[in-house]
Amino acid sequence: MASHAEAVHAHVHSAPTGFIRKYIFSLDHKVIGIQYYFLALFSVFLGMSLSLLMRIHLVWPAIHLPFTPGGQMTPEQYLALLTMHGTIMVFMVLTTAPQSGFGNYFLPIQIGAEDMAFPVLNMLSFWTTFVSLVVMVAAFFVSGGAPIGGWTSYPPLSALGEIVGPGQGAGQTLWIVGLAIFCAASLLGAINFITTTIDLRAKGMTLMRMPLTVWAWLITAVLGLLAFGVLLAACALLLLDRTAGTSFFVPGGLVVTDQVITWHKGGSPILWQHLFWFFGHPEVYIAILPGMGVASHLLSTFSRKPIFGYRAMVYAMLSIGFLGFTVWGHHMFISGMSPYSAFAFSMLTMSIGVPSAIKTFNWLGTLWGGQIRFTTSMLFALGFVSLFVSGGLSGLFLAQPAIDLALHDTYFVVAHFHLIMGVAAIFGIFAATYFWFPKMFGRFLNEGIGKVHFWLTFIGVYCIFMPMHFLGIAGHPRRYADLTGVQYLSSLIPVQRFISIAAFITIGSQLLFLFNFLWSLWGGKKATEMNPWEATTLEWSIPSPPPFDNFAGHVPTVYRGPYEFAVPGAPHDYIPQNLTPAEAATGLTASGAPVKA
Amino acid sequence: MRKRSGCKGSTPVAAAFAVALVALTVITTYLFVVKPWWFPKSITDVGNEIDAQFMRTLWITGIIFILAQLILAWVIFRYRAHGRERASHFEGNAAMEIIWTIATVVLFVGLGLYGEDAWAKVHYQPAAAGDLQVEVTAQQFAWNFRYPGADGKFGRIKPELVSASTGNPVGLDRTDPDGKDDVVSPIIGVPVNREVELILRSQDVTHSFFVRELRLKQDAVPGMLIHIHFTPTEVGDYEIACAELCGLGHYRMRSLLRVMSQDDYDRWLKDTAANQ
Repeated sequence: MASHAEAVHAHVHSAPTGFIRKYIFSLDHKVIGIQYYFLALFSVFLGMSLSLLMRIHLVWPAIHLPFTPGGQMTPEQYLALLTMHGTIMVFMVLTTAPQSGFGNYFLPIQIGAEDMAFPVLNMLSFWTTFVSLVVMVAAFFVSGGAPIGGWTSYPPLSALGEIVGPGQGAGQTLWIVGLAIFCAASLLGAINFITTTIDLRAKGMTLMRMPLTVWAWLITAVLGLLAFGVLLAACALLLLDRTAGTSFFVPGGLVVTDQVITWHKGGSPILWQHLFWFFGHPEVYIAILPGMGVASHLLSTFSRKPIFGYRAMVYAMLSIGFLGFTVWGHHMFISGMSPYSAFAFSMLTMSIGVPSAIKTFNWLGTLWGGQIRFTTSMLFALGFVSLFVSGGLSGLFLAQPAIDLALHDTYFVVAHFHLIMGVAAIFGIFAATYFWFPKMFGRFLNEGIGKVHFWLTFIGVYCIFMPMHFLGIAGHPRRYADLTGVQYLSSLIPVQRFISIAAFITIGSQLLFLFNFLWSLWGGKKATEMNPWEATTLEWSIPSPPPFDNFAGHVPTVYRGPYEFAVPGAPHDYIPQNLTPAEAATGLTASGAPVKA
Repeated sequence: MRKRSGCKGSTPVAAAFAVALVALTVITTYLFVVKPWWFPKSITDVGNEIDAQFMRTLWITGIIFILAQLILAWVIFRYRAHGRERASHFEGNAAMEIIWTIATVVLFVGLGLYGEDAWAKVHYQPAAAGDLQVEVTAQQFAWNFRYPGADGKFGRIKPELVSASTGNPVGLDRTDPDGKDDVVSPIIGVPVNREVELILRSQDVTHSFFVRELRLKQDAVPGMLIHIHFTPTEVGDYEIACAELCGLGHYRMRSLLRVMSQDDYDRWLKDTAANQ
């Protein structure tokens, strides 16, 4: 307990007044959360623009784009877009916004803490992430351009340098360095999240009273701590292979365009795949777990009902987190690893469908018998459930090695991971944004524009990704810059065209969101009430936006679980976590005034 | 009474959401039933088995998909807010949790076990003796196929002899007696109804051998020799596509699998040997 007291004491410091300490190198978890969010917002529009260019090139290859002054887009430019789209989206958006953004802002508040356990570490982790983004984006501007090896960057393609392709020189080096920096930043963040959750919970905030969002952030942080270290090591080894003449991933006797590679021998390309996917599969859950937490939180709040099976939800997330480390081999069924290990990986992967199914059952159970309020944030949370089901079920095909023989590295896989890890996770981010924006900025996002944004996005993403399953079933390999090389692809071009048009509409509708976001920061309806959604967790017991130390010198005490809705006999249909039993029973404070709930 | 965003006039939104989910379910189900874009016909017995397992999985996931989306549509419409009415209060049901946990374990793991048979046929059973061995060499951005010739032995290859520009793309050492009758071809011809064993290797980066009609895909990894086998049962030309990102020409790294009658195959191999 001594360390607990010290940690609390350490944060009793006055708010900074200078611009730089307040907004740039801030130690305040709320400012850092917003910084992460803006970094992700910039990145998501960048990543989306790259996919827009890819979709244009795929179906209208003859078109002249502004950045290809010489003429049409080349295959290597397409692959550079593809690599950077995946990298930016996975790391700078899906890892950053739901965990580092919202987690940073709301985890301390939801557990009743004044700040993160290590504010300086927190600041460092953001600025390290920022540096990693700059290094990665710099890859576009070096000779040869950005790397073309995909976000998975398998060696030897990523190890041999420019000889195997443009972008594989300086661009690939910057990519590796940028990624390594990102790993370091994520480790700093993970340590901070775990320590904060374990050490800084307010009195009464037992583990089983934590909001499911907090559970999700905690489990995600543990995954990050265990996974990013491995990727960091892998990046270091790959960098050594490229620059120091080592051969971790490169075997001997290679010949590239009739030139014998004499400076490598003895390495294994598959070793990289093991290291990468040992990180890469938990990474999928790093992206989606916070979304699950947010969806659970919102489904309960806006159906005005307790979460169905709170403990089952916690255990399901814990088992997803644990099993998530045992299934990486399902990315490698056809990689040349032992086919016997495929059996184990397959069974474990089918098993991870079980906690995912439990979550879905419990979400439906939460809605069942509810009084659902259709705020924009709730629409996105409901959309999350639909997308999670659609994207999750295709995993049952890919988890079977025999079926994977046909579907591996086709558009079926692209459909699967975009629906579940891309779009479902993004829906979690949108739900969180519409829900917490008034708390963060003191103003509401416009609900009308929000609903139009939801409908266009929800229909749009299904129109983009559902047809991709059929492309994959028909044998369309992914990562093809051009559809003329393999003849059977010509019959699939109409499907590709439909997908591109759906993508243009969906991407266009994100401008509505951007406008809504920027306009509402200054012109949105003011959030004068502390608790406009009639929610129960601690962030709704403080002003919007919260004061510098969150609870204005008052340390909250927690008396109950996070989802006390529709409790029979209670004066209101929700009981905030911080109300005393007497306040909750009578709806009156000790002085006799009505509880401001 | 305070006004609450989202609880007034919930019927139109709830109805729209339910309709959207029903439409999603109907359109998706229709497409998976009508199959406007689908697998081409399989040309191996194992391929047929994989198709059967695919359909089994499709049935199970299809039923779950339809039920989940329709139940979601129903609860959204049925349990939309009515003014300030209170929701029912229950916090879970342990019996139901146990039932659906066990049910999904049995269903998902059982399905996975069922599918292992096809995988075992591809990867646990080696090719039978007397199969036709062909060595596959992948390189940026071409495939080369080598036949051992009448002696049944592959000759020595050396990296330093590789010279695609002068007609020795695999680096065959013609001074090795075993290699004198080796035949190298840019497409692979095989006789129908005979087991073919491929020995996959790569010269530079990782590639992947993919023929959709075979329902077969295998990475060709530098530094490794990887064996796979199949028995084609239908004569015809089938495209080989590279399925592992290998560089800027990945999309055009194609070749042909030509399945022929035994007579046609013998003639083709002789012509190919004569022309190399």
